[in-house]
Amino acid sequence: MEWEAVIGLEIHAQLATKSKIFSGASTAFGAEPNTQACAVDLALPGTLPVFNAEALRMAVMFGLAVDAEIGHRSVFDRKNYFYPDLPKGYQTSQLFYPIVGPGHIDIELADGTHKRVGVTRAHLEEDAGKSLHDAFPEMTGIDLNRAGTPLLEIVSEPDMRSAEEAVAYVRKVHAIVTTLGICDGDMSQGSFRCDCNVSVRPKGQSEFGTRTEIKNINSFRFIEKAIKGEIERQIDLIEDGGRVIQATRLYDADKDETRSMRTKEEANDYRYFPCPDLLPIVIDQAYVESVRHSLPELPDARHARFMEEYGLGDYDASVLSAYRDTADYFETVAKAVNDGKLAANWVMGELSKFLNSNNLEIKESPVSAQALGELLARLKDDTINGKAAKQVFEAMWNGEGSADAIIEAKGLKQVTDTGALEAMVDEVISKATPQVEQYKAAEPEKRGKMLGFFMGQVMKASKGTANPGQVNKMLKHKLDALCD
Amino acid sequence: MSLDSNDVRKIAHLARLQINDADIPEYAENLSNILDLVDQMQAVDTAAVEPMANPLDAFQRLRADEVTEADQRDHLQTVAPAVEQGLFQVPKVIE
Repeated sequence: MEWEAVIGLEIHAQLATKSKIFSGASTAFGAEPNTQACAVDLALPGTLPVFNAEALRMAVMFGLAVDAEIGHRSVFDRKNYFYPDLPKGYQTSQLFYPIVGPGHIDIELADGTHKRVGVTRAHLEEDAGKSLHDAFPEMTGIDLNRAGTPLLEIVSEPDMRSAEEAVAYVRKVHAIVTTLGICDGDMSQGSFRCDCNVSVRPKGQSEFGTRTEIKNINSFRFIEKAIKGEIERQIDLIEDGGRVIQATRLYDADKDETRSMRTKEEANDYRYFPCPDLLPIVIDQAYVESVRHSLPELPDARHARFMEEYGLGDYDASVLSAYRDTADYFETVAKAVNDGKLAANWVMGELSKFLNSNNLEIKESPVSAQALGELLARLKDDTINGKAAKQVFEAMWNGEGSADAIIEAKGLKQVTDTGALEAMVDEVISKATPQVEQYKAAEPEKRGKMLGFFMGQVMKASKGTANPGQVNKMLKHKLDALCD
Repeated sequence: MSLDSNDVRKIAHLARLQINDADIPEYAENLSNILDLVDQMQAVDTAAVEPMANPLDAFQRLRADEVTEADQRDHLQTVAPAVEQGLFQVPKVIE
């Protein structure tokens, strides 16, 4: 039987506010335990929440970025459950009137087609603290620094049909929130977390199968692997005569498998009700418009502009526009060298290669965008050839100075002087009698390939500084003259 | 609407309340009476009434995004039953 997967995602993005959603305690990551947990975060009696204006603004920014309706009136609800890292005994969240109503996100698939994924809603809520189960033998340690950090929970429609589509959607949401600057997007520190609802059904069937929810996935790669594994597990289970049990499953990256955490039968009954400590939020149109005007250029718009303004292909434009840091870097290089395609080739080629092998983010690159632009300008104006440019880049990466200084110090300036090149070419031809004889004996259409040997000799003689285009022309001209 | 003893046990569990089995019939009756009253109110036509999130006729005031709270950990932890290395200590919870 042919199966089809149905996937919906819930993404929790920690908002990049300085203070918490309902208190004036800091949200900075990495502080000593409980030094950023104030009386409100600890739910001490008599404390009351006061809502952070910046959290609201960030949520509205996201809503506008995904073309969603912004709730004119929004209400906080209490989601009740007991856990030691949730001091109030409820999480302040939004169920009935979220800030952000239905919207959509367009994803690009591997075959180049686009698909629209519905965003059901996005609502504001507070993060819980952290439980440390392994720190002490008999006790659990509780750190409430994270308690009250604002979260935007972004809920998708069950519109995705494969692990690849799910990852494309998560990457797009990640690109949007990081471009907006409302979330640092750090998955390893938990600033951007994803829960995946997965079910399978026979292809063509309209009703959904029983779904499981996978939690605890902290990288794009693991999202894809976890979903793929869960789809296979469900199909195998059904084909062997079993049935899928609705449950929450944890992904174990070491074993690359999910295991059941709790079944829904024993799941919590959250008993949501409007939070009496917080008044309804009213958002007027003037406010929405002012936020709209503050939006930066979004990944999709930048993608289109890169194709239009720099003549990039669809793929290059999509890679370079996905992250604000990459896009900004590329644009600085492109402007410095006044050549978008050359800049794109180097940012996606040589620079990426060095960043990947050193495990660095683009903003940590030892070669600044301006410096790379200066190097490429030397390539473009024929001061150096492509091979020398790579050598210069490596030297710049190792901190040996500016492009011009390195070109000078290493004597890499390209030889374009016709007389000097001609002398080298003549010298090589005169010393390579057997190869010249082979060239003459070869069929004319095979001679082109045989030029490689002579090219190599000239480049060697020039220590890599000869202009390859000029040498190629000169060799062909002179060798062909010998054949007549 | 009438609650049975299982409903009462479930409600007590959700609220983490320890109750005596002997008291369950009385709780069931009292809670059922409250729900019956709610049922009566359901008869009122509220189609034109906007749900009320708060009895105050006011809207949420917003706070500027500034860190205003200094670290008071030592002071705040004086009311905790057990603290170790800055962490609150609770009986081991493992899901």
